[in-house]
Amino acid sequence: MSAGKNTGSLLSGAEEPVVRFESVGMRYGLGPEILSDVSFEIAPHSFQFLTGPSGAGKTTLLRLILLSVRPTRGLVSVFGKEVSGISNNALTGLRRRMGVVFQDFRLLDHLTTYENVALPLRVQERAEASYRAEVVELLRWVGLGERMHVLPPLLSGGEKQRAAIARALIARPELLLADEPTGNVDPSLARRLLRLFMELNRLGTSVVIATHDYSLMDLVEARRMVLSDGRLRVEGP
Amino acid sequence: MSDVRSPAQGDAARSAAEPPLPANLRRNAPLVPTDSAASRALAAVIAILTFLAALCAGAAEIAVSSAGQWQSSVAQEVTIQIRPGAGRDIEADVKRAESIARAAQGIVGARVFSKGEAERLLEPWLGSGLDLSDLPVPRLIALTLSDDGQPDLKALRTSLTEALPGVASLDDHALWLQRLSTMANTFAGIGIGIVVLVLLATGLAVVFATRGAMAGNREVVEVLHFVGADDDYIAKAFQSRFFRLGLRGGAFGAGAALLTCALAGLLARMSRSGPTGEEIEALFGTFQIGWRGYALIVLIGVIASLVTATVSRFTVRRFLR
Repeated sequence: MSAGKNTGSLLSGAEEPVVRFESVGMRYGLGPEILSDVSFEIAPHSFQFLTGPSGAGKTTLLRLILLSVRPTRGLVSVFGKEVSGISNNALTGLRRRMGVVFQDFRLLDHLTTYENVALPLRVQERAEASYRAEVVELLRWVGLGERMHVLPPLLSGGEKQRAAIARALIARPELLLADEPTGNVDPSLARRLLRLFMELNRLGTSVVIATHDYSLMDLVEARRMVLSDGRLRVEGP
Repeated sequence: MSDVRSPAQGDAARSAAEPPLPANLRRNAPLVPTDSAASRALAAVIAILTFLAALCAGAAEIAVSSAGQWQSSVAQEVTIQIRPGAGRDIEADVKRAESIARAAQGIVGARVFSKGEAERLLEPWLGSGLDLSDLPVPRLIALTLSDDGQPDLKALRTSLTEALPGVASLDDHALWLQRLSTMANTFAGIGIGIVVLVLLATGLAVVFATRGAMAGNREVVEVLHFVGADDDYIAKAFQSRFFRLGLRGGAFGAGAALLTCALAGLLARMSRSGPTGEEIEALFGTFQIGWRGYALIVLIGVIASLVTATVSRFTVRRFLR
């Protein structure tokens, strides 16, 4: 299957891809190549899973999209911008258009759940009053309405997961990257969170979910990007 | 996005049951954790350095203002010295010099030191109880200058030399004034130098502390980057944290220095009656630093805080580059 044609778009393919990888290779230092000749596109409004065995390079691929590491070779474009030699300001601009859910949540332990979720809006230097209701509403929707005062060390794994997801969604990103977003929640909450991602996708956000969970993937008819031995294979619609 | 949350909005009964936004919800806590052992240690270092800089500035201020007081009191007077001349009546020469001085422009008072007073001036060097009647002890006339206008000391010196050649001389204390001025400037220079060095040390301490804080908060910085914060925003977050630390340290240091100066002044006043107190008072006046000294100490506290904030911001920018 040609990677270039597998954009996973639910709409027409006329729009510029949100992410484009062309023959991307990646290695850390002098180590072995984690990703080899990876080429794919993520179309606007598309929904896809990124899967593969542990150590296959899923997190590295997400980090490349997030621009936290640069490829050893090949071309990476995000929102139509080729990222090699990108300025810091442009980098910040691109990151503000993405939401990310980390596998290890990355909540700031000294900030309350409310403050953690509000962080993407706060760093845009928006007045707190302008987003307060929005943050509280989202916290209640993910079931953390009663836990907004609480510091992350006191949250359960599932609560942390939901707080991390809420933080990724609050700024209405054009691209959502989620690394094992349902890894710490029970199956019913996992399904609920998946519905939330799909709802978000229906509203126009491109979604990439990295997961091992085949039962979760089987719930949705979506493109699967399978990483194995550093190479990418695209399956599905 | 609003549609995503529409189930919550749509359910009227659930919305009605939802508790209102808690009034005590913490909303804008500092993005960089502030209350750590390292922060407290840095605040203590800034407090100690500010205290030392402020004390040093206070001491320089005492020296400079005391020198200024001496200068103004010395500059208010000039002295005529009449030396005994062979075959001359020294009393007549003194009277003549006094009348010339009183007639001169800008002289508002003249006090003739009697022979006994002139001999007593020699007691610290020659001891008391000596018969100095055979010694040619010079006589002095202290002239007080008017505050307004510049007295014409050159004309007075010429008149005295012409009227009493080889006997009378006028001392305007210029040499002493110059030495006092040099001494005061030296004290001020040393004070400024030490304050600058201490502020530099504060800056260096902040550089190390900031780098430590950046390393310790690497994850916070990374998360801030991922959620869309730019370097300037992160630098501002660190700057605000360090400014607060600097302000706390500066306030403690400057406060302790103010207290020390006030206490030293109080102790000096209490011990003024003794001989040691008199010596101290002769050297340093009343050991008061005055409003200018207090303002200087407060200013140093503020400068220490600003140095802390600025240095931390630059360090963070360099670290992130």
